[in-house]
Amino acid sequence: MSATGKPRSVDRRRFLMDTARMAGGCAVAGTLLAYLARDARALPAEALRPPGALPESDFLSACIRCGLCVRDCPYDTLKLAELGEDGPATGTPYFTARTVPCEMCDDIPCVEACPTGALDPGLKNIDDARMGTAVLVDQENCLNFLGLRCDVCYRVCPVIDEAITLEPSHNTRSGHHAIFSPTVHADHCTGCGVCERSCVLPDAAIKVLPTRLARGSSAEHYLKGWEEKERKGAPVVEGIIDLPDRMPEMPGVGSEVPAFEPAFKLPGGGQ
Amino acid sequence: MSAKTRLPVGLEAIQHKGWINAHRFLLLRRLSQAFFLLLFLLGPWFGIWWVVGTLAGSRTFEVLPLTDPLVLAQSIVAGHLPEVTALIGAVIVLAVYAVIGGRVYCSWVCPINPITDAAHWLHERLGLQKGWQPKRMTRFWILGTVLLVSAITGTVAWELINPITMLHRGLIFGMGFVWALVVAIFLFDLVVSRRGWCSHICPVGAFYSLVGTKSVLRVSAVNRVDCDDCMDCYAVCPENHVISPALKGKDGETPLILSPDCTNCGRCIDVCSVDVFAFTHRYDNRAKKTVSTAVDAATEQAA
Ligand code: SF4
Ligand code: SF4
Ligand code: SF4
Ligand code: SF4
Ligand code: SF4
Repeated sequence: MSATGKPRSVDRRRFLMDTARMAGGCAVAGTLLAYLARDARALPAEALRPPGALPESDFLSACIRCGLCVRDCPYDTLKLAELGEDGPATGTPYFTARTVPCEMCDDIPCVEACPTGALDPGLKNIDDARMGTAVLVDQENCLNFLGLRCDVCYRVCPVIDEAITLEPSHNTRSGHHAIFSPTVHADHCTGCGVCERSCVLPDAAIKVLPTRLARGSSAEHYLKGWEEKERKGAPVVEGIIDLPDRMPEMPGVGSEVPAFEPAFKLPGGGQ
Repeated sequence: MSAKTRLPVGLEAIQHKGWINAHRFLLLRRLSQAFFLLLFLLGPWFGIWWVVGTLAGSRTFEVLPLTDPLVLAQSIVAGHLPEVTALIGAVIVLAVYAVIGGRVYCSWVCPINPITDAAHWLHERLGLQKGWQPKRMTRFWILGTVLLVSAITGTVAWELINPITMLHRGLIFGMGFVWALVVAIFLFDLVVSRRGWCSHICPVGAFYSLVGTKSVLRVSAVNRVDCDDCMDCYAVCPENHVISPALKGKDGETPLILSPDCTNCGRCIDVCSVDVFAFTHRYDNRAKKTVSTAVDAATEQAA
């Protein structure tokens, strides 16, 4: 026992030491790798995923970075992120709307090409794609908001009059013109980026953002009275009395508002 | 004997068989590596789209899907159930390597192999120290770690640093900073650890080694009786622990190199001046019993 037992226990101790050392090394390496993986999950706002891409966290587990979607895109919209580039996780496909937008192919070849389902084969109609949401981010520079009729983003939209409309309103600056505000309706916007690509300004006033950045959300219990009323075809609450709106009124003058008179006059008349 | 061991590795084989025959499998291997790379480059370079995609996933002649099984395995443990196309692709790749030897991928296809081979060549040229030699199990531990990290983070974790697919993708789609990664591996193999990356670290090699555990195509030391202990095969083999059991086996023990670490590169066949090694299948246990007359003559000449 003592003759054979001792070397064996030394062996076992060495084995345990080696294993512990290996496990320790792997824990360190694994932590670094996990850190890298966490880091890679931050998708920059300009980088849009191809149509049908699963939500980002699922996408990163599904995409094998093969580049088949990139190859089958007839407009060279898609690119694979390169290592060290300030972009999405290395090797994953994305596009930048201002550079080359998605042309919304009817047959969606990128989705067709994807072998893994990272681009959801359930997407059959390209109008259902949600790559992001367009937002008119700069009303101060948008020509239409300045009172001109640029309309370019509106006219190029593949889902025109549904995803984007021109909403007229009074131009208070000139006093007798209209402003046609390009207005995106997120329910119909595919995030293709054609509007952003086409905006005539040096930097687009309309931009496609990842939907998480573009949109807020409404609390679940909020109801819109007018929608409820329309659905019901009658007032939501029975027997509500519609009280007359009260206007500012003065005895003797009726509802006419008197001309403005300052309550206090500066001594000396004032200019 | 001592005079002989001082001969540079491979010189004897060149003298006996000629340069071409002493580098046959090395040349074939380089051709094969270039061929597989070129297949993928035909499209982007010449517009011939026979093979589309990368080593991670590809489509050949519009019908044949191929998928890197380790990448797909990470995707699956990360929680994604891939579509059938990718699964079929991975099964085909697994089946092929299970038959011809998992690590055939390493020596005949992988684009990193020429780089680590070059590092090793320079390492020998400069007569550098072995350096850090991690335990043989290290790469399997790393493989396990990679799968674990994939599962925990829900990402295809190894693809964040995998130099193989990065280099391959880099050549086909655009390099970015991949060259820095390649230089790092070259330097690692050159000055930190002799044959460090491919023989000790790379989890892809480890994975393919598991795939080829029962592979049919094998190298056998059929003529081991002729071995004159020049040790050249040990010098060229990237996994030289696989040689001894076959070459030094007693009568009745198999001359087959059965370790799945063997990359089937065939360098041992090339470098042996007395043709001890040959490719065969794993059910071929024959070992020659008598010393060849040619060898007798050769040794007499030498003496
Ligand atoms: S829908 Fe067409 S244009 Fe858009 S990414 Fe896919 S292939 Fe490219
Ligand atoms: S085809 Fe699918 S798996 Fe391949 S890079 Fe594109 S999204 Fe990823
Ligand atoms: S991104 Fe712009 S062009 Fe595309 S659907 Fe939305 S509003 Fe229309
Ligand atoms: S294209 Fe640009 S400037 Fe013109 S209306 Fe649209 S957002 Fe405004
Ligand atoms: S060990 Fe890894 S890097 Fe080296 S040849 Fe094999 S797969 Fe390629």
